[in-house]
Amino acid sequence: MEAAATNLSTIAALIARAKNELVRVPGAAIPGVLAPTIFFLGLNGVFGSLIQLNGFDTSSYVSFIVPVSMLQGAGFTGAAAGVNLARDYEQGWVDRLLVSPAPRWVLLTGNVLAASLRAFVPATFVLAIAFAIGAQWPGLDGLLVSYLMVAAMAAVAACWGSMLALHYKSQSAAPLMQAGMMGLVLLTPAYAPLELLQPWLETVATYNPLTQVLEAARQGFVGSVTWADTWPGILALAGLLAVLGPLALREMRRTNV
Amino acid sequence: MSELARSARVVRALGARSIRQTFRRPQLISPIVVFPTLLLAVQTGGAGAGVELPGFPPVQSFLQFMLAGSIMQSMMLAGNSGGIAFAVDIEMGFTDRLFAAPIPRFAIVLGRLAGTAALGLFAAIWFLAIGLIFGAEIAGGVPGALLAMALTTAAALAVGGIGAAIALRSGSASVVQGLFPLVLVVLFLSSAFFPQELMVEPAKTIAEYNPLSFIVEGVREPIISGIDATQTLEAVAAIVGIVVLGLVLSARALRHRLRVG
Repeated sequence: MEAAATNLSTIAALIARAKNELVRVPGAAIPGVLAPTIFFLGLNGVFGSLIQLNGFDTSSYVSFIVPVSMLQGAGFTGAAAGVNLARDYEQGWVDRLLVSPAPRWVLLTGNVLAASLRAFVPATFVLAIAFAIGAQWPGLDGLLVSYLMVAAMAAVAACWGSMLALHYKSQSAAPLMQAGMMGLVLLTPAYAPLELLQPWLETVATYNPLTQVLEAARQGFVGSVTWADTWPGILALAGLLAVLGPLALREMRRTNV
Repeated sequence: MSELARSARVVRALGARSIRQTFRRPQLISPIVVFPTLLLAVQTGGAGAGVELPGFPPVQSFLQFMLAGSIMQSMMLAGNSGGIAFAVDIEMGFTDRLFAAPIPRFAIVLGRLAGTAALGLFAAIWFLAIGLIFGAEIAGGVPGALLAMALTTAAALAVGGIGAAIALRSGSASVVQGLFPLVLVVLFLSSAFFPQELMVEPAKTIAEYNPLSFIVEGVREPIISGIDATQTLEAVAAIVGIVVLGLVLSARALRHRLRVG
């Protein structure tokens, strides 16, 4: 019981450290917010007329594309957690954590949960702009589902980023962390519904677990929220966490002081 | 050896160094190759149905249309990466050692720009090769491909000039790196990824006057329909305008750097 309380307070301390960084160095959050915002506005300006094609469930491309940018922001935020971990390793902070009596999984959980919470910043920023330019209100349930997907997506990306950070032990691996998440998010029906994609992308998107996550996050913006569209997204993220979480933990256990 | 030949040797050596530097550092090469290739794949696959929209210019495929956009994206990021590498050289004191060497100052900047131009050429070859491998035709044939490569190389030199000017002025890699989002903004507000007539306002109007749109169309025309003198001249004019701007800014920034050290 006492051990559980200690672990929880360690996780809380690591989350507080990430929050402090956000408060004390607000500029550090700008790239994570800026990139999905630029993509959101850019994709809407460039590909907005795709909505004229038959096959869209909505008449608003803004509503169609906003969940993509929210998930993209979560992916970048999670990847940034990996970059920060690599920086902490280079500066010797990880060494100090590793010699502490805290279990490895607690250290990883702190980093991952901090990323989940930080992902709300870009998601909220993009969402505010989307509403300002005419996105459909997704309803409270749609909003909650999309934020749940954002938080879990950031956790997946943080596991991916942490795994690479601890494997390469260098911030040079940052492009790999970001490109991996970006690829995962965009190899989905991000720009157009599944049936309008080119055959090769339709096949990839069909098997990409992120497609279920995107459909779950998108449902409120283009229609109504149903359990049938929600559970596959939850299952996909749980599956990704079940794979990437242990892999990240394995790298952390293999990291010697 | 004449003064000019000596300067040419310096430019060649520094250009070769900047190319090697880019290929050795994943954080410099990945934005030039990985990121635009990934976007080319997902945009072609995701927005390919856009060719069915009324008003879309006649093209063999969306991939054929997108090649110029990806080349421009890669070229712009090559300019940004060149600026970052230049700023790193300033931060590490390498540029100070060059300033102290008995070589003309303009050769230091030109050497960096030669490397960026070579990376622009690499970007054009890379994406034209990808296009050919995946079935896109180059309507202008070999002359069209050569024209697209030449325009991209010149555009990389032009954009690299602005990157170098910012690197010289700020002397900070993080400042130049901070321009990365701006590169994306300029690209999205041009006709790089979709016909300007089919874009949504206000991007549509901005794209009409964005100099990058003229360069994109100059590179795209030989790929999708053949060489067109008007489009080519418009692209050349836009490149010359950016070159002049880059040269003026670089000269002023170089003077500033030499003054402040």
